[in-house]
This record gives sequence, structure tokens and C-alpha cells, in this order.
Amino acid sequence: MDLFEYQARDVFEKHGVPVLAGAVATTPEEARAAAETIGAKSGGVTVVKAQVKTGGRGKAGGVKVAKSADEAQQLAGEILGMDIKGHTVHQVMIAQGAQIAEEYYFSILLDRTNRTYLAMCSKEGGMDIEQLAVERPEALAKIAVDPNVGIDTAKAQEIVDAAGFDAETGAAIVPVLETLWKVYRDEDATLVEVNPLVKDNEGNIVALDGKVTLDENAEFRHEDHAALEDKAAADPLEAKAKEKGLNYVKLDGEVGIIGNGAGLVMSTLDVVAYAGEAHGVKPANFLDIGGGANAQVMADGLDVILGDEQVRAVFVNVFGGITACDEVANGIKGALEILGDHATKPLVVRLDGNNVDAGRAILNELNHPLVTQVDTMDGAAAKAAELAAAQ
Amino acid sequence: MSIYLNADSKIIVQGMTGGMGSKHTALMLDAGSNIVGGVNARKAGTTAEIGGQELPVFGSVKEAMEATGANVSVAFVPPQFAKDAAIEAIDAEIPLLVVITEGIPVKDTAEFFNYSIGKKTRIIGPNCPGIITPEESLAGITPHTIAGKGPIGLVSKSGTLTYQMMYELRDYGFTTAIGIGGDPIIGTTHIDALEAFEADPETKAIVMIGEIGGDAEERAAAYIKEHVTKPVVGYVAGFTAPEGKTMGHAGAIVSGSSGTAQAKKEALEAAGVKVGKTPSETAELMREIMRSL
Repeated sequence: MDLFEYQARDVFEKHGVPVLAGAVATTPEEARAAAETIGAKSGGVTVVKAQVKTGGRGKAGGVKVAKSADEAQQLAGEILGMDIKGHTVHQVMIAQGAQIAEEYYFSILLDRTNRTYLAMCSKEGGMDIEQLAVERPEALAKIAVDPNVGIDTAKAQEIVDAAGFDAETGAAIVPVLETLWKVYRDEDATLVEVNPLVKDNEGNIVALDGKVTLDENAEFRHEDHAALEDKAAADPLEAKAKEKGLNYVKLDGEVGIIGNGAGLVMSTLDVVAYAGEAHGVKPANFLDIGGGANAQVMADGLDVILGDEQVRAVFVNVFGGITACDEVANGIKGALEILGDHATKPLVVRLDGNNVDAGRAILNELNHPLVTQVDTMDGAAAKAAELAAAQ
Repeated sequence: MSIYLNADSKIIVQGMTGGMGSKHTALMLDAGSNIVGGVNARKAGTTAEIGGQELPVFGSVKEAMEATGANVSVAFVPPQFAKDAAIEAIDAEIPLLVVITEGIPVKDTAEFFNYSIGKKTRIIGPNCPGIITPEESLAGITPHTIAGKGPIGLVSKSGTLTYQMMYELRDYGFTTAIGIGGDPIIGTTHIDALEAFEADPETKAIVMIGEIGGDAEERAAAYIKEHVTKPVVGYVAGFTAPEGKTMGHAGAIVSGSSGTAQAKKEALEAAGVKVGKTPSETAELMREIMRSL
């Protein structure tokens, strides 16, 4: 889960990372009120920053300096509702104005390749770091971090030395890096990025803009993380699926997909996409019902998919591994009973694997007008694409 | 022959008395696995009746190994206890640890994996179906009825695609099929399995199944080009996955331009690997190779 900048700021503050005052606002009036309080600390000057989970806000006009609370209100009015790379701005952060002397870069992230963590640091912050990494890789220090040791004082010193900071600046940055490591470790983050990390005119180091990604698998030990979720932005069907404990991703297409196992479902999307080329249709979603394909899970899955108005046919692709195909067939039968008149779109079912003959026999006997059985995955994908195109 | 697991493997189950653990212990016994006991500190000294057998429950992996000579542990413990279970197994120096558990925080896996470096335990998983050497032993949850023994080695990130591919190629059968898991950090990699299959005289050809996310397939491709003389066919899932969305597996995510299925396919093809567009096409490519051997 990616956090908004203001959420990252709050998390930083909680752990003692030096940040400037900031508050989130959803209306120009709220922005004005926030600017009156926050601007008092910086001679009335605040920065109005669009809160969107994408880069390049500054270039898009989503970050503006306000010299007064009046101006903050006016700028918030302009920025709220703005579209930045397909993200609508629903919130702005009013941040204290800063006297920036220098801008740096720092991040800690998961290094999948080396199965460890990686700290990256540069004296050249503020710009697009991917661009810097490509154009001037020597300006970006990359230091491996052992997950069982983390960033202690010695490691932080190694990082600032590798980035080429002078002794005085380095000494000021070291404790900030140690604190940012605590954010990464204690919040179960997979990314903590500060860009820019700044030195102000008085030599203080401040995290001016932060990006934090949290590991959703760790939510069981972070009760506060659920509140950070951006429920407003979630697709309504995705939200409904999540409530029912289903692993669903909405896509833009006509063939609904239900399968068991993440790999098989991804593969099913691909096979439907190939088959759909001839018919001008595409897969409508990713939906993994996992191992237990009982009637209720199947009904919940179908219910979510049929709630997608774009869907014109559904492909149920199940390989009976531990779950036997007869259980899956009974699940489909039960789901159709539960859904009743709500089931309106043709279902193409491909069952294979454990107890396949019994499973297919159950569906043959059911002889439901919406259900077509096809024995192979490729054949069933073609049939589903054809039916979706014909609807 | 086989890799990592054979008829002589003595298996213990961490979390054997739990719901998942007892269900799959019974299925592993059905598959012919030599299960010698389980581990549960609170039930140490008791026995559990599973699949018609009385299995001893030990207080720790170390005790279980001392009492039974176990050399494989399969962990079915819930995510919040997985790291402690793994560290216990590593400290006991068990040669092979298979972590089936899905949903482990990546920090915990990073910690126990790095803890295992330089020690004696090979880790498979987490978030994986485990490993099967058909007609000999199963350490995991792969249905043993799908396919029998044969000349093909299989390595895959995904459980159900492992099953699907075994089913497609059940006319040939497998030396060993290993599901390495869909998490961002895993113990045994594609490269480890490729190296082991290359060294296994019974394995005549290898199927490698990958999916979006990370660069494991690209690195495997480079490894194949340099070190693998046996024919390899590949399959990659997730061509239609949108950027930035996690597709079921925690590790299955396209980030910017990296981790795409297309890049992985191209890297594999550049290494001389034939890559199928669908599982059945991939199986057909393997059949062509088997006919020509």
C-alpha cells in the first residue's frame, strides 16, 4: 500500500524524523485555516501540495507557494480537482515554507534481486531519481543493508561517505538516516523514500517530501495501517471483492475470469487476451478464488464479476489440485442457485485435474442454459471470447 | 534420481497438528512420503493420529531430528509464527526447509533468509506448493496423483501452474517438480533449481515457469545461456497484467517498465529457450523436444 505524502509525513513525525509542519485539506476553506496556523511558523508562507500517488506533481502545477492564507485558499481552489497523470486531486497538504539551502536524496527499499535491502543516497536530490540513476549513476550511492542489522551509525556513515557528503553535512544526516531506518523496520515498509531531503539555511536536515510503501502482509501487527488505506480511490468492485475476502483486480474488458491460484489466473487472462484478439474482446478482471471453491465463494466471485457492466461472458477456469473437480462443480451449481436471476451472462467452464469426470458429469446433468463446458483451457478461452463478442 | 528430495528423505512437519498441517500431512502420507513426526512445543511428547498412523510430536526441530534422523521439514505455521519456525529449523541445521505458508511479511522472510546464508539449510518458499519427486516423496501440497515419474524437471513460481503443467505432460512424467513460490523474497530460486536439474542425470529436459515481477527470469535466462546444456522450455504468466497492481502473488507486480512478462520472454528466447504462449503450447514444445531426444 502506497501512502500519500501527508500520511508519510505523519509517520515520519511519529518516529522522530525531522519534518516541517503540515496538514491535509479537502476544501479551499480548510486550506485557508491550515495555512493560518502553519504559516505562522514561517512568516505566513506555506506550500500548497497536491496529494496524489504519482510523481511529477511540480511540473504539472500541483505544488505552489502561497505568501498568505488568502493565497493558500485560492491556490488550493485551483489545485483541488486538478488531474495529474490520471489522478484526480481530492486533497492538498498545506506545508510550512522552508528556506532550502541544498536538496539531497535518500531511500531504503527491498532489493528482490539480492534478497536484501538497499539504501540509495545522493547529494543531488529533488529531481527524478530514475533519470539520475540512468544519466549519472556515479552520483547515486547504492549500499546493501543487511535486514538483520539495519542502518546503525556505522552503516549510515558508510552511506553518507559513499554519497560524497562533507564531514559536517554527513554528521548532520547520519542520525536522520538511522531514524528513517526505524520507520522502514518498525512500520514494515518496503519503500521509504525522501526526495528531497534538504538542508535549510540554518544547517538543519529536514525530510521535505516522503514516499512510503507498506507491506500489506504485515497488517496483522499494525492495527493502525488499515486507516491509511485510500478507500475513496478504490474501485467499487475491488472494494466489494475485498470485503468478501476475494483477490480481485478490475481490468478493462468483456470476459470475466474466475480461477484458482494466482499463476493460473494470470495465465488465463493471457490466454483469453490471445483468443479475444479475433473477436475484439479482452479479459475483464483478475479473480483468484484460491483453493476452496465452495458454492459461497463461487457465488461471491460471480456476484462481483456480474456487477461489472462491461462483462458479457464469464470464464471459470479451475484446475482441481487439492480441491476435487466434483466439489468445484457443486460449487458452481450452488452458486447459480444462490444467484438465481442475478446470473444473466453465459458461463464457460473448464474443469481439469482431480476427479474431473465426476465434476464434468455434475455440470452435464445440471444442464443449465447459461453453462457451457469446454475441456481445454485454450478451447474454453476461445469459446468465452466468442460468446462475449456475440452478446 | 531427483533433486533435493527422494524416497530416503525423512520428513517432519512444523505445524502438523494445525488444520492445514494435519490435512496435508495425511496427503503427503498418501503420496508415499516418509513422515517421521511433527513439531509443536505445546504438544511435545504426545502423538497425533494422522492418515491411520501414530506420529510423534516433538518440542523442537532439533529434538525431532535427534530422535528420527529427519532431514526435511515442511512448515505449515501461520504467517505470524513463520519466521520463528524458520529460524528454529535453520538453527537445528535441517538440510531442507519447505515453507508453504502464504502471507508472511516480507521483512520476516528477508530476516530468516539472510539468517540462513552460510548455514546448512536450503529453504524452498515461502508461499509455495513445495516439492514432489513423483512415486518417491512429497514435501508440500502438490497433488501426487497428477503425474508420475519421468524425465522432465519442472521449476515454477506458481502452484496451480505447476499442477497444470504436470497434468499437460503427464504422458512423460517428472524427475522432480518444484514450486519455488510467488513472494518477493524466496529461498531456492529458478537458478538453484536449474543448476540441480542440470546435474541430475535422470533429468533430460527442463520446464521453467515464471511470472511478472522482479528479474528472476531474466537472471535465469543468463544462467541458462552460460551453464545449462539440457533443453529448457519456458512459460511466463502475466502478459496482460496492468502496471502497479499486485496479481494475487505478493511478488507479482509490474513496476514501471520492469518485471513485465514480455521482457522475461525475450530474455529467455535470447538464451535459446523456447517459450510457449499458453501452458498447452509450452507442453507441446516440450513434447517436440522429448521426441527428438
